[in-house]
Amino acid sequence: MQMPEPDKAILARRAEIVAALRDIVPGEGVIDAPEEMKPYESDGLTAYRTLPLIVVLPSTTAQVSAILRYCHENQVKVVPRGAGTSLSGGALPLADGVLLGLGKFNRVLDIDYDNRCAVVQPGVTNLGITAAVQDRGFYYAPDPSSQIACTIGGNVAENSGGVHCLKYGLTTNNVLGVEMVLIDGTILRIGGKHLDAEGYDLLGIIIGSEGLLGVVTEVTVRILQKPAVARAVLLGFPTSESAGNCVGAIIGAGIIPGGMEMMDRPAIHAAEDFVHAGYPRDVEALLIVELDGPAVEVDHLIERVEAIATANGAVYNRISQNEAERLNFWAGRKAAFPAVGRISPDYFCMDGTIPRRRLPEVLTRMTELSQYYGLGVANVFHAGDGNLHPLILYDANKPGELQKAEDFGADILRLCVEVGGVLTGEHGVGVEKRDLMPAMFTEIDLKQQQRLKCAFDPDGLLNPGKVFPQLHRCAELGRMHIHRGQLPFPDLPRF
Amino acid sequence: MSDTMRPETLDQLRDAVAWAVAEETPLEIVARGTKRGLGRTMQTDHTLDTSAFSGISLYEADELVMSAGPGTMLAEIEAALAAQNQQLAFEPGDWGPLLGQPAGMGSIAGIFACNIAGPRRLKAGAARDHILGFKGVSGRGEIYKAGSRVVKNVTGYDLPKLFCSAYGTLTVASELTFKVLPAPEKTYSVLILGLDDATAASAMALAMTSPHEVSAAAHLPAGITAGFGVSYVREAGAAVTAIRVEGPGPSVEHRCRELRALLAGFGQVEELHTHNSLRFWRELADVAPFAARPDMQLWRVSVAPLSGPVVAAALPDATYYFDWAGGLVWLGLPPAPNAHADAVRAAVAATGGGHATLIRAAADVRATVPVFQPQDAALAALSRRVKDSFDPRGVLNPGRLYPGA
Ligand SMILES: Cc1cc2nc3c(=O)[nH]c(=O)nc-3n(C[C@H](O)[C@H](O)[C@@H](O)COP(=O)(O)OP(=O)(O)OC[C@H]3O[C@@H](n4cnc5c(N)ncnc54)[C@H](O)[C@@H]3O)c2cc1C
Ligand SMILES: Cc1cc2nc3c(=O)[nH]c(=O)nc-3n(C[C@H](O)[C@H](O)[C@H](O)COP(=O)(O)OP(=O)(O)OC[C@H]3O[C@@H](n4cnc5c(N)ncnc54)[C@H](O)[C@@H]3O)c2cc1C
Repeated sequence: MQMPEPDKAILARRAEIVAALRDIVPGEGVIDAPEEMKPYESDGLTAYRTLPLIVVLPSTTAQVSAILRYCHENQVKVVPRGAGTSLSGGALPLADGVLLGLGKFNRVLDIDYDNRCAVVQPGVTNLGITAAVQDRGFYYAPDPSSQIACTIGGNVAENSGGVHCLKYGLTTNNVLGVEMVLIDGTILRIGGKHLDAEGYDLLGIIIGSEGLLGVVTEVTVRILQKPAVARAVLLGFPTSESAGNCVGAIIGAGIIPGGMEMMDRPAIHAAEDFVHAGYPRDVEALLIVELDGPAVEVDHLIERVEAIATANGAVYNRISQNEAERLNFWAGRKAAFPAVGRISPDYFCMDGTIPRRRLPEVLTRMTELSQYYGLGVANVFHAGDGNLHPLILYDANKPGELQKAEDFGADILRLCVEVGGVLTGEHGVGVEKRDLMPAMFTEIDLKQQQRLKCAFDPDGLLNPGKVFPQLHRCAELGRMHIHRGQLPFPDLPRF
Repeated sequence: MSDTMRPETLDQLRDAVAWAVAEETPLEIVARGTKRGLGRTMQTDHTLDTSAFSGISLYEADELVMSAGPGTMLAEIEAALAAQNQQLAFEPGDWGPLLGQPAGMGSIAGIFACNIAGPRRLKAGAARDHILGFKGVSGRGEIYKAGSRVVKNVTGYDLPKLFCSAYGTLTVASELTFKVLPAPEKTYSVLILGLDDATAASAMALAMTSPHEVSAAAHLPAGITAGFGVSYVREAGAAVTAIRVEGPGPSVEHRCRELRALLAGFGQVEELHTHNSLRFWRELADVAPFAARPDMQLWRVSVAPLSGPVVAAALPDATYYFDWAGGLVWLGLPPAPNAHADAVRAAVAATGGGHATLIRAAADVRATVPVFQPQDAALAALSRRVKDSFDPRGVLNPGRLYPGA
């Protein structure tokens, strides 16, 4: 993975840029000492590290606007950052770029229960929103596993999901509006407490834009009333195929569970060794199916799920009898990443999505790849929506293993695309999958996406080097080859 | 009378757009043409008819996904889904009769391009929340695709969302892929009779903030109820506030009981069972009260739910009802050359945010009155740049949304 060569002219102007930023954000909001910038050198994709040119931590929208206007006028690159938990390197700094941290935007501005929404600053953590509204029985639905740490601004940029998103949607389905600052300092408000902003659905493209279109400075989210009851059932299967069939049969029966997670044998064992959740060790695939809603509904559906599982060859079946047991079922799944961290010095968390019915084939080929590369792999899987998280085990201290792990990961993602899936279901492209984009998109597809970027950021100053494998100048992208000619297909019927 | 091209292959579709680009001649983009009357009035010499791209090309019920050509009838899609006990969860209505067209003729492209959604919008999202991908031709005359066929995907910008609500001004689709969901086993509605608008908004807010997973909430003032097919509503003789629950039988019966108890203090309470509920909410999705009042100019207003009654109260001449727990206001007004635009938009602005769209008015009115909510300068400039990035020569439905977009 190569990042664009740092701009020497910008590096040479560092002191001047620091001074200009200090004029905008006084006091400790501008960090330029290398040892103090160290915490910002990477995000959750720790294989890549770069010290930023400068870190700036504004606390008002006006400051963000002034910083961006300055950077635009001086052609300085900017990388926005929330909590730095991105697993795709979206917040990886640039040596010649300002890292714009939004940690000081940490206030809940307005909670409007009657209209069922909350207005928060982007640095509020995902779980912080729920914490602010839970005394009235509300919560914010999208629940990435990183929810204690990750920010709503980062969630917006990545369109993050979680185990409950099959039923309750991703970030994009739960955000009503944003305030955003463009690279030239323009402050925009899009959406609000009402549904469906008028005109082009700019909110729809800002969400999931990985910090490339603007800096989000305020977010209005939907809040929901917590379901009355949640119960989980643990199901063990002799093959991943039977587990996959069971998932299809549950959905085919018209049941959309609150959560439906699958783990393969290596993941089950790692999790069980770590948290002793009581998972069966002698199955090839484990499903956790959670039903939520009114007690009568949950009791009714859990019986149906059990019957479907039995019909699909489940060899193990346990229903949570109380809240403690339900949480215990989840404890293993939620600890899957650290559990794998215990059995391997390093691991890569991949994030492809596949059409679910291709699962057995994908797992078989993944096993073959694992043998080819000589690296282990454990799979956790948002089974309902086909989002795979293969965890590739490697040891960065062994020469060549990082590269092997990356190649293995790339092969898995290409496989996902080959069977009709995508490179990333929720973690974003970032730098990690950037060079794989041509596996999924043609050059025309990618150029069209980059033209949209030009509408927001014509000089390509916001988070460059992420998402797109090749940078093009907007002027070049805007060119058109025009062939004058006859009216097409003169033989077609006209009216 | 405009000249119509009806390509049958993707290459022909591309050639048609490329030709228009070369000639700098604008195209009107249609699938079945039932929503031609939506949006600003345009001047185009040529029509690009995509109805040849018709039919369901992929439907995997247990993967919750369907692909179809833009010209596929909504009715055909709904029938295919119903055969597998599934549905489009965003509950798009048939706006044909509302816009003076026959019923049952609307295409799926029209639903997505105009981001149509029915009463379940407040729980399940709009068309934009269910589109997964598309293939088509940009205003540059280039074939491209965006999104995918899986329900969870964040690879690249979410261009499919931009397709929704673009009214055909960015891309001519040749295929659309979208998420489908199970249809509920049962549907019940709790009716409260005789509430004024503000009290109804409170009742709906109470229901929405309960844990009973309400999937629709509407309020019909007394004058609006007469045309409904369901006798409980038609013969109520009073305002009707309706709250819907859906799902497995035992759950629906339970939640219906709980909601009745919760709302009993507001007034007389009735209930609609599945058969009646389906009919009633379908009529609301189709905006039937205003299909039956073709003489009126019609506005669709989206505001925060509690603000709906405030907007209506500011417009004494309006005939109206509320969906989306008060957040969607359908406003009918006697015809006027300016379609009362200033008054409607002032009423919306006074609530602090939202938008008003002129859904139905004569072509000459829609040529002069801003049909879509006017944008501030920064947003308007950005919208124009977005348009340019897909359609630099302005050949796809130019001016349908805004002057220049
Ligand atoms: C006593 C009685 C009360 C009714 N009250 C209403 C009402 O308040 N609102 C409304 O919309 N319709 C009501 N109906 C009409 C009836 O529910 C519908 O006409 C019927 O066709 C139900 O179909 P469905 O799919 O809509 O009902 P479902 O959603 O399946 O629900 C049917 C419900 O109505 C009860 N029910 C249905 N038919 C009978 C019957 N023959 N005898 C006893 N109970 C029956 C069932 O116990 C069940 O609770 C009532 C019918 C009866 C007989
Ligand atoms: C242990 C672990 C588990 C995880 N589990 C999940 C999961 O279940 N589901 C899931 O979807 N993700 C998961 N993630 C990934 C990550 O937590 C999410 O992508 C999260 O949304 C990132 O938020 P952040 O605040 O850390 O953003 P950062 O990592 O700081 O930034 C992410 C991207 O957002 C941009 N950005 C941040 N703030 C703004 C802003 N205000 N305006 C514009 N752009 C901005 C950055 O430039 C960057 O491109 C997990 C990560 C870890 C480490």
